[in-house]
Amino acid sequence: MAERQLMMGNEAVARGAWEAGVKVSTSYPGTPATEITEYMSAYPEVNVEWSVNEKVALEVAIGSAFAGARTIASMKQVGVNVAADPLFSLVYSGINAGLVIITADEPGLHSSQNEQDNRYYAKFAQVPMLEPSDAQEALDMVREAFEISEGYDTPVFVRMTTRVCHTACVVEVGERAETPRRPYRKNSDKYTMVPSHAYTRHFEVEKRQTRLEALSNTSELNRIEMRSLEYGVITSGLSYQNVREALPEFSVLKIGLTYPVPRQIIRNFASQVRYLYVVEENRPFLEDEILALGIPVECKELLLRFGELPAEALRRRILHVKSPQKGPADDVPKRPPQFCPGCGHRGIFHLLAKHKLIVNGDIGCYGLAALPPYNAMDTLICMGASIGMDHGFRKVIQPPEKSVAVIGDSTFFHSGMTNLANLVCNGGNSTVIILDNRITAMTGHQPSPATGKDAGGTNAPRLDIAQVARALGVSRVFEIDGYDLDALEKCLREEVDRPEPSVLVVKERCVMVDKTRRGVPLAVGKKCKSCRACLKLGCPALTVEGDRIMILEYLCDGCGICAKVCPIGAIRPGGAEND
Amino acid sequence: MTDGKTVNVLVVGIGGQGIILLSDILAEAAFESGHDVKKSEIHGLSQRGGSVISHVRWGTKVHSPVIMDGQADFILALEEIEALRNAHVAKPGGMILVNDFRSLPASVVSGAAKCPENIESRLAEYASVEKVPATSIARELGNIRTSNIVLLGALSRHLEIADAFWQAAVKKHVPKKYADLNLKAFARGRAAEQHPSCTVMI
Ligand SMILES: Cc1ncc(C[n+]2csc(CCOP(=O)(O)OP(=O)(O)O)c2C)c(N)n1
Repeated sequence: MAERQLMMGNEAVARGAWEAGVKVSTSYPGTPATEITEYMSAYPEVNVEWSVNEKVALEVAIGSAFAGARTIASMKQVGVNVAADPLFSLVYSGINAGLVIITADEPGLHSSQNEQDNRYYAKFAQVPMLEPSDAQEALDMVREAFEISEGYDTPVFVRMTTRVCHTACVVEVGERAETPRRPYRKNSDKYTMVPSHAYTRHFEVEKRQTRLEALSNTSELNRIEMRSLEYGVITSGLSYQNVREALPEFSVLKIGLTYPVPRQIIRNFASQVRYLYVVEENRPFLEDEILALGIPVECKELLLRFGELPAEALRRRILHVKSPQKGPADDVPKRPPQFCPGCGHRGIFHLLAKHKLIVNGDIGCYGLAALPPYNAMDTLICMGASIGMDHGFRKVIQPPEKSVAVIGDSTFFHSGMTNLANLVCNGGNSTVIILDNRITAMTGHQPSPATGKDAGGTNAPRLDIAQVARALGVSRVFEIDGYDLDALEKCLREEVDRPEPSVLVVKERCVMVDKTRRGVPLAVGKKCKSCRACLKLGCPALTVEGDRIMILEYLCDGCGICAKVCPIGAIRPGGAEND
Repeated sequence: MTDGKTVNVLVVGIGGQGIILLSDILAEAAFESGHDVKKSEIHGLSQRGGSVISHVRWGTKVHSPVIMDGQADFILALEEIEALRNAHVAKPGGMILVNDFRSLPASVVSGAAKCPENIESRLAEYASVEKVPATSIARELGNIRTSNIVLLGALSRHLEIADAFWQAAVKKHVPKKYADLNLKAFARGRAAEQHPSCTVMI
């Protein structure tokens, strides 16, 4: 009997790729895709790398696929934006060995800066797209995607969404099928996209498109499940599971090969039911395709275009059935995440708030600084943007307005470096603060180029941020301990007003990586006047009982930032008897 | 809803309390006892002390990874305020098992928001409430990080999953050197009814 395991969707993707004989796996971390590559790195047959960003990850993947090895590149939804440039021309070249790109989308943006729907990339770039609804399908579809990739000479997208990535299901696993390397033969008509070659390759793309449309209309990935002759639903991905949960009597056209859209099957299904619904999260991708066929659909305005679309919402909006329970309590204060006790990011953001600087921010754990109680970040758009935005701000702002850019180490290497080069060669004068905890913390501690480890945990060359900054032409480069508030403040004061660029590398540690406490736990002594200055640090170890401020010993890291911030020195080491 | 026999457990608490480990063990035990299982949670930023929710469902065939409102047979709450936040997911007649632990959200600490009062009686408006002194027991055992396993032990009394599956699932998911401690924590939770200090410290 085949082996069955409980497996998270992302693990199933890795397993499917491994079973398909993948030899190279590339990625840049990003929720909800990250674990795919972590699981890949457990397979000794696969060369796995964390690339510095998604564009590089895809380019490395293109190289290994051209050279003849089955390859998988995984990224979160916004990662595809970064990788879009190579993607669109790769489609013209096609592949040699199979190349599958995982896009992990996030309806509900639990950990993302937007809710973009990457099904549109499939249509935009003309890349076939498969959409699994659970972990078993993820495994099976990744294997199938490699067959399609090689059968049609095209990269293939597999679109995951958070609830497919992070849901564990019972999965039947198979064996690895070793695939011999496909020989690489020089073929510049196919692999060099100069205009004349690209022009001819575009014909190939259109021919392939016709073949893919035929495939979609005959593929078993697109299947009709007839139940009611009254009500039918067209759906794909996770929504299929929610439809089965909430609307068990409805007939379903389950679309697994979402692009190209299976027009004939849709027509066929639509003709068999009286009322047709389309259930999909985010944008009306399928709905627009269906409407374009002249097929009417029911009450589309019932479905939200933002957030997740769980079974609960379908029950309420389509069946008009309410929960049998009373509604949620409406007075429960939210509990957003916070900087950990001892987090190296805390001190610098305290200073940035204190000096009321305009903080052009970036993405990482430190993005939490945008929220209360820190309130120490003004802008946050996409990875790497802080430095460019600050350069732009400084073209416009006038004293007393002052600004800085803040960026993490992984984000600096992802796309901050080019921004720093731009700043220097365009005569910018920004103060760039680089928070160097030597890890990609937010996504779960993958190595960054500042870590000195590869994806498998083996020692690797470590890039030194201060050296990089100097090499890019910044002459004022400082490295300061993130817990040394005095030194940080002095440097900040001096550099912000200077008419030349400077880089302040804040040396930190991530407490989730280096778990040794920095000092003995602190306590609040009797002379505390409850001024609450320390509470603005948003440290989970600081709490209140009535008016009294207390430190939870079991959480305290002993980092001492709160003691430095206390105006009367009431916070000191060693139990309540410290008065 | 598709299957009357599906058991739905919602596990809630705050980042760092071991909610994902708890649900992994629960899902594993249900799987080993022959069910179709789905377990869904949100990864990413949730680790950093924010609210964490995990859905565990099992039965003959499970479709949606997420429990609908009013359908959870059990809510396992490692923290009281999180219990109230999610109480509407309990089905009428379901059960909320709540740990004797409270942690104030940052907005309450900073004075920007108020902590809801009478949590216990408000929970009782949704479902029957079982108070489990999981953190007290874990503290007695010398490691409050085992609160999650104590609470799981308390849940196990209400489920038809054989003891052997629980034991195996705990061993599979905790590091070897902590296996004994966690098995002890589980046993204490399973016997919690007889525990004398069975009161919530609110
Ligand atoms: C294009 C893109 N790729 C990936 C991500 C996911 N992501 C957000 S922040 C981040 C890196 C965080 O690392 P770092 O800058 O070192 O900051 P830290 O979390 O360690 O504080 C990643 C990978 C994203 N938001 N956008």
